[in-house]
Amino acid sequence: MNEKLESAMPWLFVAGLLLVWQLACVGFGIPNFILPRPSVVAQAFVTQFSAIMENSWDTLVRTVTGFVLAVVLGALLGIAIGSSRLIYRGLYPVLIGFNSVPKVAVVPVFVIWFGTGTVPAILTAFLVSFFPIAVNVATGLATVEPELLDVLRSLGARKRQILIKVGLPRSLPYFFASLKIAITLAFVGTIISETVASSSGIGYLMMAATANFDTPLVFAGLFVIAALGIIMYAIFAVVEQRMTFWAKRGDGLMTG
Amino acid sequence: MRPFVEISDVSLTYPGAGANATLALEHATLSIEKGEFVAVVGPSGCGKSTLLKLVSGLHLPTRGGVIVANREVAAPISIVGMAFQNPVMLPWRTTLDNILLPLEIVEPHAGRFRANRKSYVEKALALLKAVGLEGFGDRYPWQLSGGMQQRASLCRALIHEPALLLLDEPFGALDAFTREELWAVLRDLWAAQRFTVILVTHDLTEAVYLADKVHVCSKRPGRIVTTRNVDLPHPRDKYAPEFVALVRELHDGIAEVRAS
Ligand SMILES: Nc1ncnc2c1ncn2[C@@H]1O[C@H](COP(=O)(O)OP(=O)(O)O)[C@@H](O)[C@H]1O
Ligand SMILES: [Mg+2]
Repeated sequence: MNEKLESAMPWLFVAGLLLVWQLACVGFGIPNFILPRPSVVAQAFVTQFSAIMENSWDTLVRTVTGFVLAVVLGALLGIAIGSSRLIYRGLYPVLIGFNSVPKVAVVPVFVIWFGTGTVPAILTAFLVSFFPIAVNVATGLATVEPELLDVLRSLGARKRQILIKVGLPRSLPYFFASLKIAITLAFVGTIISETVASSSGIGYLMMAATANFDTPLVFAGLFVIAALGIIMYAIFAVVEQRMTFWAKRGDGLMTG
Repeated sequence: MRPFVEISDVSLTYPGAGANATLALEHATLSIEKGEFVAVVGPSGCGKSTLLKLVSGLHLPTRGGVIVANREVAAPISIVGMAFQNPVMLPWRTTLDNILLPLEIVEPHAGRFRANRKSYVEKALALLKAVGLEGFGDRYPWQLSGGMQQRASLCRALIHEPALLLLDEPFGALDAFTREELWAVLRDLWAAQRFTVILVTHDLTEAVYLADKVHVCSKRPGRIVTTRNVDLPHPRDKYAPEFVALVRELHDGIAEVRAS
């Protein structure tokens, strides 16, 4: 009973929030172009369904493409930083500096280089999401216990062997934990770029709706973004759990 | 005949800027015969772990030389097995696969590991049985208690039949009962295989219970200041008057070292 209640809680909470929202809008007579009622947002969602779906699809494709690039390059960079002291020393400050630049400031540069639309969106998604992946993989490699390194090195293990047998598996939980952060960040990156420089995608749809004072559609867009974000986070949370059950030491499946 | 391990007038400085450089060992001299079981005791920070790293070739001396099995140690030597206070098992491998890890790395086993896997597994299972972990091979290390993990860690240290076993406070984190069970396990393994053992410990009872010779290390920079033979027959009784007297003697010796 308690467990059922627990898993129903998010839904109950959202339903409660929507109800309060609806009642407040009606009660205080807030006009729909300032804060649309949930029921009006739902209406906008239904009437504009195909436009929303088409644009969401564009956003999704860009996000996933940027994310895949970030996974590959971020993991490689993380391995390089985590396994070589020299590369770490050279690259880490650069990365920190780079990461503190707000990515929205980079979008105009991409537009100059690549025009508007898909390419800058993918690149922005990539840029905002590769950093946590690289840092996490590097952290995982750096946390290999010194005693274990002693055991392996005394046996004559080469750097590559240590990386494959210990370093990479050790960094897997960090890697998978970073994926769920990275996918949501990639999503944010795509939408930022779309709002600035695109003629399609959910970000563009919301900008266009704003220009038309179609506030219900803007809110419908926000809901779609939230839903996609949650779904992608959930997918990678499940992947994480499957891949690194051993990192959760004991609590759960395998104890017996 | 040369001793099996010969540490002669060794000094080691850990590098560091200016005053941060640490002189861990100075003029340390120690010889160990083949098959001997020795303990090294001394105040914390006196360089006991450093000494083991020198013997295994993980660090090279700043001055002096280390000879193991008639060879000057100039790089890590794979005839050693090691175990520490922290059992450091790989949590994604089963206990059995953890124990097999050294064989995947050290030659000549690594080259024929795949082909001979079956016989290696048998060997690992026999070791597991010897340390009282029969049937636990396919558990993950995090499913084992601390004492069981330490038993597994001993198996991993011994699987490639090292001639020299280096133990760095291996029982330091265990409760008293488990610790004494493991003393018996280690003693039995040693009696059966007769590898050479260097046991670093701060537990004098442990040193006197297990070792045939106890070396006392001065405070940092460390060197061996006293060596005491333990001639009591096995299995030893830690409440016997001779035993207690010996522990007290060592204790007073160390107190003196610390005060000086
Ligand atoms: N990798 C290292 N770098 C710098 N100093 C170290 C390092 N390892 C140990 N030391 C220093 O060397 C001294 C001896 O250390 P250690 O051999 O670990 O002592 P023990 O094992 O007897 O407690 C200590 O002062 C310690 O701080
Ligand atoms: Mg130590």
